[in-house]
Amino acid sequence: MSTGLAALSSRFKGLALYLGGVMGADAYAKYLEHHRLAGHQDPPLGEREFWRDRTDRQDSNPQGRCC
Amino acid sequence: MAGTPDHRNGSVRREGAVATDPALPPAAVDEEVREAEEKKWTPGKIALWAAIALLGGVAWFMLAIIRGETVNAIWFVFASVCTYLIGYRFYSKVIERYITKPDDRRATPAEYKADGKDYVRTDRNVLFGHHFAAIAGAGPLVGPVLAAQMGYLPGTIWIIIGVVLAGAVQDYLVMFFSMRRGGRSLGQMAREELGVVGGTAALIATLLIMVIIVAILALVVVNALGESPWGVFSVGMTIPIALFMGVYLRYLRPGKILEVSLIGFVLLMAAIVGGGIVAETSWGADIFSLDRVTIAWGIIIYGFIAAILPVWLLLAPRDYLSTFMKIGVIVMLAVAIIAVRPEINVPAFSEFASRENGPVFPGALFPFLFVTIACGALSGFHALISSGTTPKLVEKERQTRFIGYGGMLMESFVAIMALVAAISIDRGLYFAMNSPAALTGGTVETAATWVNSLGLAGVNISPDLLSQTAANVGEESIVSRTGGAPTLALGLAHIMQQFIGGTAMMAFWYHFAIMFEALFILTAVDAGTRVARFMLQDSIGNFVPKFREHSWRPGAWLCTAIMVGAWGAVLLMGVTDPLGGINTLFPLFGIANQLLAAIALSVCLAIVAKRGTFKYLWIVALPLTFAAVVTITASYQKIFSPTPAVGYFANNAAFSKALAEGKTEFGTAKTVTAMEAVVRNTAIQGWLSVIFVVLSIIVIATAVLATVKAFRNRAAGIAVQDNEDPARPSRVFAPAGLVPTPAERQLLAEWEKVPAELRFERAGHH
Repeated sequence: MSTGLAALSSRFKGLALYLGGVMGADAYAKYLEHHRLAGHQDPPLGEREFWRDRTDRQDSNPQGRCC
Repeated sequence: MAGTPDHRNGSVRREGAVATDPALPPAAVDEEVREAEEKKWTPGKIALWAAIALLGGVAWFMLAIIRGETVNAIWFVFASVCTYLIGYRFYSKVIERYITKPDDRRATPAEYKADGKDYVRTDRNVLFGHHFAAIAGAGPLVGPVLAAQMGYLPGTIWIIIGVVLAGAVQDYLVMFFSMRRGGRSLGQMAREELGVVGGTAALIATLLIMVIIVAILALVVVNALGESPWGVFSVGMTIPIALFMGVYLRYLRPGKILEVSLIGFVLLMAAIVGGGIVAETSWGADIFSLDRVTIAWGIIIYGFIAAILPVWLLLAPRDYLSTFMKIGVIVMLAVAIIAVRPEINVPAFSEFASRENGPVFPGALFPFLFVTIACGALSGFHALISSGTTPKLVEKERQTRFIGYGGMLMESFVAIMALVAAISIDRGLYFAMNSPAALTGGTVETAATWVNSLGLAGVNISPDLLSQTAANVGEESIVSRTGGAPTLALGLAHIMQQFIGGTAMMAFWYHFAIMFEALFILTAVDAGTRVARFMLQDSIGNFVPKFREHSWRPGAWLCTAIMVGAWGAVLLMGVTDPLGGINTLFPLFGIANQLLAAIALSVCLAIVAKRGTFKYLWIVALPLTFAAVVTITASYQKIFSPTPAVGYFANNAAFSKALAEGKTEFGTAKTVTAMEAVVRNTAIQGWLSVIFVVLSIIVIATAVLATVKAFRNRAAGIAVQDNEDPARPSRVFAPAGLVPTPAERQLLAEWEKVPAELRFERAGHH
């Protein structure tokens, strides 16, 4: 495995990570981190519940999109 | 201005009000270290900025002074990028230093209100992309195209200078002040800072402006899809694709957003290719060749359904798709323009720059060029995004300059690229596409004759070129495809085919561009309808409390129906307008958008004054005055101009008179029904202009009053009420800009040694 290829692969991963961040794909991971650090006693929401809750909350809190 | 009662001349300095935890490394780079770093001009730094200034100067010289037969597109890129860099490095620093005065020792709402859901600290570079995707849409792609009627230079100057001194200033200030207020919306800030009258006027104006903006964006889509079976099929397919993505994310693989977006993107490409095949068949052409009125009704019905369906099913997945496309398209556009570097034949100032009877949009350069290009130079709509959503995600106060000011510079660059794409096509084609059918006659022969009769220098178009271009892009006809989107699509196809694929790929690129513009616009229509519905529900809720319950179905449906009905009516009016639609309504779009900017800047003016910064108040007053002068002059002309093409009421009177005299055709209206439509439309448009301008003047006046009051109070030593959230100490650190400075790197290294648990205020918010 050449280092060039490895560098390319890590760069690609970085790009995917960035795009995912921009689109909010890492929201659950960030929620878990928050939950852990905040020291909540109750267990965190499961992945499926979290995403359901997220879109359901958007029903009454729409985010504007510009022209 | 020695006599201004600035807070520096006496009253307490805000700095140093927050004591951060001494057990942690500092939450901000030391003030003196940062100052020293900023003020230290190494030879390398001087050489770099001298080179940027020189390159920018040469580029502007090439665009504005040399003006040979042709000008290369690369100069647009250099002129804009160098000006943005200088504006960002120097002007936004001035704003930061004297107006916003961010303090990284203060926690942002994302820190002190952290809930892991709405308030989440977000990496600055990620948030930059996120914010940019939220503010940039079809607006910067359409306005500059229409403005090209006047030649390339007026639009280019306004886009580049306007963003540095106005648009980016507005976005940055609104974002910063909203962040200091826990992410409050523009409407809430207006009520707090301007009182009941100003706040209410701002709310009504915002609601009306959203109706106009959504309607005119929808009109752009309708004009792009009318009589285009390929476009109708591929854009129509985005609905089942989005539904599939929604179900996939809800039930199959929750949270796999990138994955589903990739799948959606592949399906979208398939829909574009499939559209070409379907449009070739006779049944496909039969089913999908829809006239504009039918498409308008389709969008109205779709808009209503989309606004009451759950977000996860249609809006969220479409938004993912739209964001994905947005980033891809803009990178593609930039790469193509830099790689192909097309030669531009359009003159710097066209024949229409000094007249007020341009066929694309009527009116003189001042003020109408400045309202035609709103998004990209100064867009009030951004204030709705910059307040609310993004401030809840900002990690450190200093980052708002990069995200707010920098994000808007990026949108301006998109506008410049759209302008370049639009002016890279033949000028004759440009006018044949963008003039209403009432003038071109609608056929290639009549259009060619009419364009050649305009007497434009260097323009001699043949009917063959018009039909050949239509065939190249897979359309029935390109005559009078107004609205900007088809012209941009043709320009993009023209550039991209030189880059990838040649003429054979032109039709694909054309429909690719139509697709992404439609996608951006439909997302904005969905989201705009929803946001407007909630605003209406909350407003009615003041009188009928039941309406405040967002889950109450009858209320939600009724308010959705009212909002959709309102923009639907304007849309249908535009589609059926005998005078052309886009040319009469687009100025209203720009005026509405910039009046919103004036409202946002008024709120900022009042806030800056209340903070006691009078010496640098001009930084806010300058764009506010300009926006107010432009929009009020434009509104005044739209209301009072005696030229029928410009003034709504003059046109109204002319047509009413013709009807009263018993004429059966007048001007471009060929029947009595069409004449009655003109009378009706011009009356509505005229009264809308009146309402907009009156509301905006109220808002601006209340802001000026609040400013004067703040000045007097400050001079008299009376404490001015501050609506900011109380300062809380920050327990995190992150760099302010794209690249960390040496001092920031050093501090980051210190922070990396601190365990994550310590960086968090435990149970501080529950």
